[in-house]
Amino acid sequence: MILAAQTNEGLAQLSNELVYASMAVYTLAFLAHIAEWVLGSRSKVGRTAAALTGTKTEAAPATVTVRVKQAGGGTAVIEKPKVVTRSAAGTRDVPDGPGAAGGTVKGDLYGRIAVSLTVLAFALEAAGVIARAISVQRAPWGNMYEFSTTFSTVAVGTYLGFLLAKKNVRWIGLPLVTTVLLDLGLATTWLYTESDQLVPALDSYWLWIHVSTAIFCGAVFYLGAVATLLYLFRDSYENKLATGGKPGAFARSVMERLPSAASLDKFSYRVNAAIFPLWTFTIIAGAIWAGDAWGRYWGWDAKEVWSFITWVGYAAYLHARATAGWKGRKAAYIALIAFGCFLFNYYGVNIFVSSKHSYAGV
Amino acid sequence: MSKTETTEQRDGLGDAGEQLSTAPREETDGVLGGPTLGVVGWIRWFWRQLTSMRVALILLFLLSLGAVPGSLIPQTSADEFKVADFKKAHETLAPLYEKLQLFDVYSSVWFSAIYILLFVSLIGCIVPRTWQFVGQLRGLPPGAPKRLTRLPAYTTWRTGASPEEVREAALGVLKGRRFRTRAAGDAVAAEKGYLREAGNLLFHIALIVMLVAFAWGQLFKSEGGKLVVEGDGFSNTLTQYDDFKSGSQFAVDELEPFSFTLDSFTGTYETSGPQTGTPRTFEAAVTYTRGGGKDEKAVIRVNEPLKLGDSKVYLIAHGYAPVVTVRDRDGKVVFTGAVPLLPIDNNLTSSGAIKVMDGYRDKNGEKQQLGFKAFFVPTFAGAGKGSMFSQFPALVDPVMALTGYHGSLGVDSGLPQNVYQLDTTKMKQFEVEGGTGVAQRLAPGQTMTLPDGAGSITFEKDIKEWASFQVTQQPGNGLALAGAIAAIAGLTGSLFIQRRRVWVRAVRGEDGTTVVEMAGLGRSESTKLPEELADLAVALTATAPPAPEPAEAEASEGVEK
Ligand code: HEM
Repeated sequence: MILAAQTNEGLAQLSNELVYASMAVYTLAFLAHIAEWVLGSRSKVGRTAAALTGTKTEAAPATVTVRVKQAGGGTAVIEKPKVVTRSAAGTRDVPDGPGAAGGTVKGDLYGRIAVSLTVLAFALEAAGVIARAISVQRAPWGNMYEFSTTFSTVAVGTYLGFLLAKKNVRWIGLPLVTTVLLDLGLATTWLYTESDQLVPALDSYWLWIHVSTAIFCGAVFYLGAVATLLYLFRDSYENKLATGGKPGAFARSVMERLPSAASLDKFSYRVNAAIFPLWTFTIIAGAIWAGDAWGRYWGWDAKEVWSFITWVGYAAYLHARATAGWKGRKAAYIALIAFGCFLFNYYGVNIFVSSKHSYAGV
Repeated sequence: MSKTETTEQRDGLGDAGEQLSTAPREETDGVLGGPTLGVVGWIRWFWRQLTSMRVALILLFLLSLGAVPGSLIPQTSADEFKVADFKKAHETLAPLYEKLQLFDVYSSVWFSAIYILLFVSLIGCIVPRTWQFVGQLRGLPPGAPKRLTRLPAYTTWRTGASPEEVREAALGVLKGRRFRTRAAGDAVAAEKGYLREAGNLLFHIALIVMLVAFAWGQLFKSEGGKLVVEGDGFSNTLTQYDDFKSGSQFAVDELEPFSFTLDSFTGTYETSGPQTGTPRTFEAAVTYTRGGGKDEKAVIRVNEPLKLGDSKVYLIAHGYAPVVTVRDRDGKVVFTGAVPLLPIDNNLTSSGAIKVMDGYRDKNGEKQQLGFKAFFVPTFAGAGKGSMFSQFPALVDPVMALTGYHGSLGVDSGLPQNVYQLDTTKMKQFEVEGGTGVAQRLAPGQTMTLPDGAGSITFEKDIKEWASFQVTQQPGNGLALAGAIAAIAGLTGSLFIQRRRVWVRAVRGEDGTTVVEMAGLGRSESTKLPEELADLAVALTATAPPAPEPAEAEASEGVEK
């Protein structure tokens, strides 16, 4: 029976220490990122202005490497055709910025250090989450403390996954590490709950399915929201340049190093769109679980309502992108509102609203 | 800025650039103006507005906005008592809220109006989109735009192979990759990824299926609650329920025939640590029969209802039912049984009433009714500890405090009575000797003697538990689930599959070699398009190997026809 699975105090203690250790390392990673941004600013980057105001060149040719396997083994050297790409109508042809390091060697060094530290902190935090899970012999998301630690672990893990897949995402590093520190700070002080068993209502295999996908969706939506926010900044910057405005030195230094508005927009769309089906699944899985636990699969409980609002918000975002006059900035605002609803659903509903989901203490 | 470029691109691409999706075309003019054509014109105008993407977007917005108040204001459907408390606490706001149906948001007129409009819009959108899509499936990919250089991905080279050979090879290569292809003039047109549109339509249709299933479930559902003490039984007929609700189309004879007996209820609780007293397991062991069949055993847990045909039996709550025996002055038993008490806190401090309706006669031999207010704790803090509240939810040191009354229970007055409360308006309290003031605290096995030879009440050693069950019967769950699965499948197809077109044009150049041009068009988000085009180009170079470039400039500019 469940009671036999006593919580393992030693492991729970170890888990706490690992989480604290990861916070220390995240702090170092944060400092390294700052160093990267500061040192990177020495270089002069002004490609955006050039692209916007200079003579309009036909789009930059993007050579795509294609390797062709020959029947006899080995790859043949063939003269590859160059594929010329053109941005879609209505977007500017602006090259991506060089990243936080700004193309400087020193900045890049600190950037690499920051990423390595993030990897280490991630490993520590993940170990902490796993130790907690073993100590209670269940999924490590039975209360808000566990939800928060798992959430930031997954967010960082997703980011590192993007890096591993050679995506151009290092610009997320600083905002991500900053918010992870905030999240962990909140978790270890306000939300801390001793490791323990679950109340019967949570004791179901649906906990594994529903909550794990919810956490993963949240982490990915978060990355999407960061990209959306940066898109808005970068887009205003480009607009300003395009209309002959003169942005301040600081804005210039930061914005020049980000990817172009078009790239950021594309990134946030792809991230949000890719995770939307999983979010749909999360809600449906939750409904099935509610059907088993409470006798109705949909009862307009506060948590259900806000999941639904979040879902409709993202659906509106996807629609906006397909609606003339709503693409671009307006769609981006919708995406941010939708993410705000997700956050409210997590913190707001658990803390301020009485809901069937307010379980396990805060 | 974006508008002019869009039209420019459209001009350059002609038919081919459109219809990459079946999204309704936006009518940018006339949105504000409206038609000048009389009633029919207005209706058509209204319909076109309703089924436009813009209005769908606004309705989606309204839907989520409209859902908000229901999560912040107590809802009758969820908790009537909270609504009542709220009304008491906000005397000025409550009537206004009531008018706006803010206590019943999700069944309110305005909320229904939003989603009904949205679904009308959805249907009005799906039907033409489906026809359009069928048309696209029947037809062939549109011919190549005049100037391929304008497309998002473009490549060109010269080759010694003849234009016919190149086009033939292109058809082969594209067909090999499951493009739909056709030769049109000097070019080959190809398209792939129709499943995107199919998935999108499937998703939107699945939304309608889910709504229908939900509505059907609401109309035909029934839901009833029943409290059962250990050892007692329940059979699924209307009269046996403590409370019962049903949808407007539900008929009583649709109740699934079954019955069950609660053999035992087991609750376990955390015994140490900061969460002492937090429940760990709740299990109700039952013996059930269906339609007069064999007896079968089952355990109902919080997440594991018992499924009997269309009905499900859920374990909702539990509590204690102390067994008491009431005797009159001659020692004759006038009442004995388990009395379920309602928990008032998490440690199961419980209260309730014991009512002796008939059979009791006072010392003068006159008929009278007895009533007792009962206050029960499964774990007593200890005498003199100052708290009569329970310290732990399990039966560690149970104690019950009783206050006795005699007179009329008022059950004959015709007003419905709460079985857990005692109406003492027509009753007189017993003075108790040896009790603390007027109430007396009993441990299991102890007896409270009523004064003046009025009899006695015994708190028996055997303390039972009760469990309350909710029996719900709701059709349409299977359909809703099917709709949900279809929705996810459709959505996945719609978001992960890219629809794109590729054209290959081969014409003889001025120098006698063949100029091959390839271009691809997808939606703006498709980043894989250039790579795919390069792949295709490489495949094509097997038949059309690049000839030495005569002049750089010409090649990069492409050839205009
Ligand atoms: C119940 C309300 C609705 C919901 C929840 C909903 C949801 C969605 C979602 C999530 C998508 C994204 C899939 C994709 O981008 O391919 C989508 C796409 C689409 N929806 Fe809806 N929709 C609703 C109503 C409507 C209505 C009323 C219309 C017609 C006016 C409509 C037309 C479209 C179209 C044309 C697309 C494809 C857009 C594109 O090509 O990207 N939807 N919808």
